[in-house]
Amino acid sequence: MNYLAAFVMAIISYALIDNVVLSRFYGICSFIGVGNKVKSSLCMGAAVSFVIVMAAAICYPLYNFLLVPAGVAYLDTIAAILVIACLVMVVGLVMKKFLPSLYQSLGIYLPLITTNCAVLGVVSENIASNLDFGMAMANAVGTSLGFTLVIFLYACIRVRLEASATPKAFKGIPIALVVASLMAMAFMGLQGIGV
Amino acid sequence: MCPALAVTKTLEASFGMGVLFTLVLVCSNVLISALRKIIPEEVKTPAYIVVIATFVTLVKMFSEAFLPELYSTLGVFVSLLVVNCIVLGRAEAYASKNTVVDSLLDGIGNGIGYTIAICIIGLIREILGSGMLTFGATFTFIADLNGGEKIRLPILKVPGSDYDLSMQFFSSPAGGFLVLGITLAIIIAVTNYRQNKAKVDARIAAKKAKEAAK
Repeated sequence: MNYLAAFVMAIISYALIDNVVLSRFYGICSFIGVGNKVKSSLCMGAAVSFVIVMAAAICYPLYNFLLVPAGVAYLDTIAAILVIACLVMVVGLVMKKFLPSLYQSLGIYLPLITTNCAVLGVVSENIASNLDFGMAMANAVGTSLGFTLVIFLYACIRVRLEASATPKAFKGIPIALVVASLMAMAFMGLQGIGV
Repeated sequence: MCPALAVTKTLEASFGMGVLFTLVLVCSNVLISALRKIIPEEVKTPAYIVVIATFVTLVKMFSEAFLPELYSTLGVFVSLLVVNCIVLGRAEAYASKNTVVDSLLDGIGNGIGYTIAICIIGLIREILGSGMLTFGATFTFIADLNGGEKIRLPILKVPGSDYDLSMQFFSSPAGGFLVLGITLAIIIAVTNYRQNKAKVDARIAAKKAKEAAK
């Protein structure tokens, strides 16, 4: 029961307090690039979440039961990126076969997930801070929830942003970063939640 | 772009990141352009990623051995060089089509440009955030040369006095986003201004030429 509570608290902490985009800085490229479509931001979030959780679940045993006993722990980055690339490919193939309609709407985002640093970031972080399997999964789930939340919120803001008169020099990426800064400030308020 | 925010809290860490980035970019550019005729078109991207990952692992081990402070400051962002858009982008756009020497120069040029850019962000954030520039915290050998003391340049804050204009906000993630956004906007504004000026100058010159012809 205690572990379960710690697990849930860890998910909340990774999703809100230590948010993946706004305080750990992973996945900023996709955050800025995802555009102003609320629906496609949710699709992107779902696809990234799936890959993050699967990659964390596969890389944990791979690292602890294969690379470490074999004495090649320094290969972790190469192994992780290969797992992620394969995973993205497999997800694409499976989706094409069984869920063609979902593949239609998600298809263009899939190859981009390989180079989304949120995925590799979570895996590297799990390895670097020696988390056990439960906490590693909590990190993966919390991070994906946080990522989806932030890109969804940003897409909603972006709709308004495009209707407003932004100074010419701030159009595009600069104003996106300023919005991210304001969002990060709002999320800083969540640090008050004691975990 | 991600490391441009995460590691730019201080000037030293930014510079270290820039150097590691340049090393990875130059090595992977050279190897990829050397192998450009061997790597088949279909598995291009995975092959590039493996090459880059190899060099990232080497650089990681190098920094862990010789600059442990830098390694612990940068943390997982050294590993994240694997998925850095610029490294992969230069591999795809340049190294896969050009000779080894050209790719080497391209890697050095882009690496230096990136280092300067993140150093500027790091400089602004360190001065505003902590009020002073510290040397020797990340590159410990600087402190060793100085007899084990870190070198501190007080700018907005003098330790031990009431003078303190530093704003911790700029050390926080939110401050990082803000500094990067405003710096980008300034760069865009200057570029726009120059382009407009060039256009206006050209128009004036054309008008004068017309009048002279009359």
